Amino acid sequence: MSTVSTPIATGSDWNFEILTAYEREIARFAKEYRLDTYPNQIEIITSEQMMDAYASVGMPVGYHHWSFGKQFLSVEQAYRRGQMGLAYELVINSDPCIAYLMEENTLMMQILVMAHACYGHNSFFKGNYLFRAWTDASAIVDYLVFARKYIAECEQRHGVTAVEQLLDACHALQNYGVDRYKRPSPISSEEEARRQQEREAYLQAQVNALWRTIPGKAPRDESQAFVEDGDDPLGLHQYGHYPPEPQENLLYFLEKNAPLLESWQREIVRIVRKLAQYFYPQRQTQVMNEGWATFWHYTLMNRLYDEGLIDEGTILEFLHSHTAVVQQPGFDSPHFNGINPYALGFAMFSDIRRICEAPDEEDREWFPEIAGSDWLETVHFAMRNFKDESFIQQFLSPKVIRDLKLFSLDDDDRDEMLTISAIHDERGYQRVREALSTQYALSLREPNIQVWEADIRGDRSLTLRHVQDARRPLGKTLYPVLRHLHQLWGFAVKLESVEDDEVVRRYQWPLPGDARDSG
Amino acid sequence: MTYFIDRRANAKHKSAVNRQRFLQRYRSHIKRSVEEAVNRRSITDMERGEKVSIPSKDISEPVFQHGPGGSRTIVSPGNKEFVEGDRLRRPGGAGEGGAGEGSASNQGEGMDEFAFSLSREEFLDFVFDGLALPHLERKQLRDLDEVRPVRAGVTRDGVPSRINIVRSMREAQARRIGMRAPIKRALREAEEALQEEERKDPVLRNPTRIHELKAEIERLEKRLEAVPFIDTYDLRYNNLVDQPQPSNKAVMFCVMDVSGSMTQGHKDIAKRFFLLLYLFLERNYEKVELVFIRHHTAAKEVDEEEFFYSRETGGTIVSSALTLVDEIITKRYSPAQWNLYVAQASDGDNWDDDSTTCRDLLMSSLMAKLQYYTYVEITPHSHQALWEEYERVQARHPERFAMQQIVEPGDIYPVFRKLFRKRIAQ
Repeated sequence: MSTVSTPIATGSDWNFEILTAYEREIARFAKEYRLDTYPNQIEIITSEQMMDAYASVGMPVGYHHWSFGKQFLSVEQAYRRGQMGLAYELVINSDPCIAYLMEENTLMMQILVMAHACYGHNSFFKGNYLFRAWTDASAIVDYLVFARKYIAECEQRHGVTAVEQLLDACHALQNYGVDRYKRPSPISSEEEARRQQEREAYLQAQVNALWRTIPGKAPRDESQAFVEDGDDPLGLHQYGHYPPEPQENLLYFLEKNAPLLESWQREIVRIVRKLAQYFYPQRQTQVMNEGWATFWHYTLMNRLYDEGLIDEGTILEFLHSHTAVVQQPGFDSPHFNGINPYALGFAMFSDIRRICEAPDEEDREWFPEIAGSDWLETVHFAMRNFKDESFIQQFLSPKVIRDLKLFSLDDDDRDEMLTISAIHDERGYQRVREALSTQYALSLREPNIQVWEADIRGDRSLTLRHVQDARRPLGKTLYPVLRHLHQLWGFAVKLESVEDDEVVRRYQWPLPGDARDSG
Repeated sequence: MTYFIDRRANAKHKSAVNRQRFLQRYRSHIKRSVEEAVNRRSITDMERGEKVSIPSKDISEPVFQHGPGGSRTIVSPGNKEFVEGDRLRRPGGAGEGGAGEGSASNQGEGMDEFAFSLSREEFLDFVFDGLALPHLERKQLRDLDEVRPVRAGVTRDGVPSRINIVRSMREAQARRIGMRAPIKRALREAEEALQEEERKDPVLRNPTRIHELKAEIERLEKRLEAVPFIDTYDLRYNNLVDQPQPSNKAVMFCVMDVSGSMTQGHKDIAKRFFLLLYLFLERNYEKVELVFIRHHTAAKEVDEEEFFYSRETGGTIVSSALTLVDEIITKRYSPAQWNLYVAQASDGDNWDDDSTTCRDLLMSSLMAKLQYYTYVEITPHSHQALWEEYERVQARHPERFAMQQIVEPGDIYPVFRKLFRKRIAQ
């Protein structure tokens, strides 16, 4: 069906004409496969620049903070020692979509990266529902520029140390700077800059109202009946909870309610929160995102080969590299480092295609609605409408479980022994799928912690609630985090672990021994 | 729509600020590592960076996490022999690690130490952090022959390589305007006269006059053309003049006792001390020269190899070395141009009556020329006459004379820091 042409180039050297020619071909095939992408901005950089890019955790412009320096040093160290090759690509969810290509890469690598990043990841960023709902690709770079400038100004005005400590505290809570259930308003830098001044004044006024020393005629919740209490005959303490509902977005709550923060500090809390928001979808779609990109680089590279646009040497080099990427060492291998998202994601997308194109009995039973359907339509549907958790729940097939030899293991601290609860057999598929899906649920991976009560009429302490699941306690990092939280809130901070409506553990900062006056 | 952008020429080290912030924040940790490294390193090994480790817990960025305990289900790949319902012993005791841990923690917290490399510059910055060279005065200008060429406007003559093109062209243009203006004026007048003449009735015209005017115009046009575009007269050259410079070079005299009582161990200690001093001077001066003087009963100037590794026996006369230092200074290093440093290492042995001679020599002649004199005594024993005499020198020159005792290699760096710690300006 296709006319075999001569390769555009052979060997490992590349130049811009060759890259442009390949890019055009990939774009042509991508269009056939209906990959809808943002415009691509492909940047050729050196390995040193790649290390810089790494260190700023994928932000093309970042504000300054020591933790990025730490990141840079560890990347540099690993790279120098040869423990780690630099990832051959880095791609940023922005419009246009920025992809970095390292100049050291061979021609094959450059083609591979273009297929992987510029068409794989790029179309994922544009198509997946989480990214569509949570991030605004066109505004992110501007917002980062605004954030960097604002934080640099704060450093000038208030000193590097003050800003650094604030950022430390915010970073400790950044995983809790996200509205999980309601769609956030998109971020836009112009808007930010324009509204920031207004906001400073407004915010402060709001906080002031909340923390007025003389309560005055504070609105009492009408619905709440007056309860007679001998100790409190006037009902002064019967104002109910503040906040009325538990708040899952800790940083948002602090930004709006922390009594003592200055307005510039609130703005920085907001910046960290907005960036956490931006990265939130990426944390939930690792398997899908990498799987999707890997699936497409594999498909596109093979297509290039079939059309005769790359030669045998190049496709062999590609297969060598691809195999390394999707390798999944077993749990008992010294190289084991958890489930490889590339391997799992690639296996699943490839298997969806197989189920569509060549279903067997098992597939018809497990996936009656997609077996034999149009594969392209189906993978696009899967890409658009799921996150890791639900994607696995929906599409992890018995064949993939068998291929990867997945098994689940129950680890209960009340039991001396571990139990193998399911393996890759008829009885186990469903349970392995269930368990793996849960394993990718962000809500279970991270402890569920919410703001429970701010005692605005009493000692101003802040109480958080940790909803404990399956008796899994909080790790010992909790005290340093509480300390950071205390810095932001300015008064005592308490944390209760609750399981089945019962408080099982209480923590607080400052520690009870610390007789520091907190009011 | 796709754009390719070549960013390779852009600045690298975008993370330099963050890197510096990190180093700043963990200063005390890094300093401790560096101190250990200085004492551990072999003698010739100061010329490279250093690997520094910081305990991970000190630099962790805490977030809320699940701790061990409770009940959970972990999915792992690569099952070989397990079947459903198998019961296994918990690996490694504490319920941590083993299967599945990798997927639970994505923070890479597995390492106990956070290790990274300092560059040579950064390493030395930490080594010499908080230290200062006492009396690092720039030598007085009037004493100096040291010169450096500096720019000083433009001149009319010079070598072609220093031509200032902009200035030369400007001069040429001015000259052209100046030279052509009168010719042009005459030309215009002639042309006007010619036109006036030609406008007249043919009967009234004066052919001779027309002829004359035409000749005149032709002559003027030729002159106009003859004005040269550029002339040697226009050329301007960038001018350099020699400006006297404060001296920025130093000599370091390494004086060491090589008598029989100095063992190789002593010499190693001395060598490390000299090396530290050399590196330190090198950071403060553009040029540092080394003079090695070893002595037993007689002093001799030698090269580095011989200085550290040849063995001698015999008694000790320290003053022989000091005399030699004095001679070399007079001969080769005028104190007007050079910053002079002497570092002496010895085990403290000396002929009894020689120690007073040393003191006299120092007080009467040497100390006046030197920036700083450091004496380290490498001995676990009690001090002898030399130390006592030197104490009197120190009493006279507390600012320029320093002495310390070193017992073992571990003392070198602390002693060095003590000798050169930053003093509060008086």
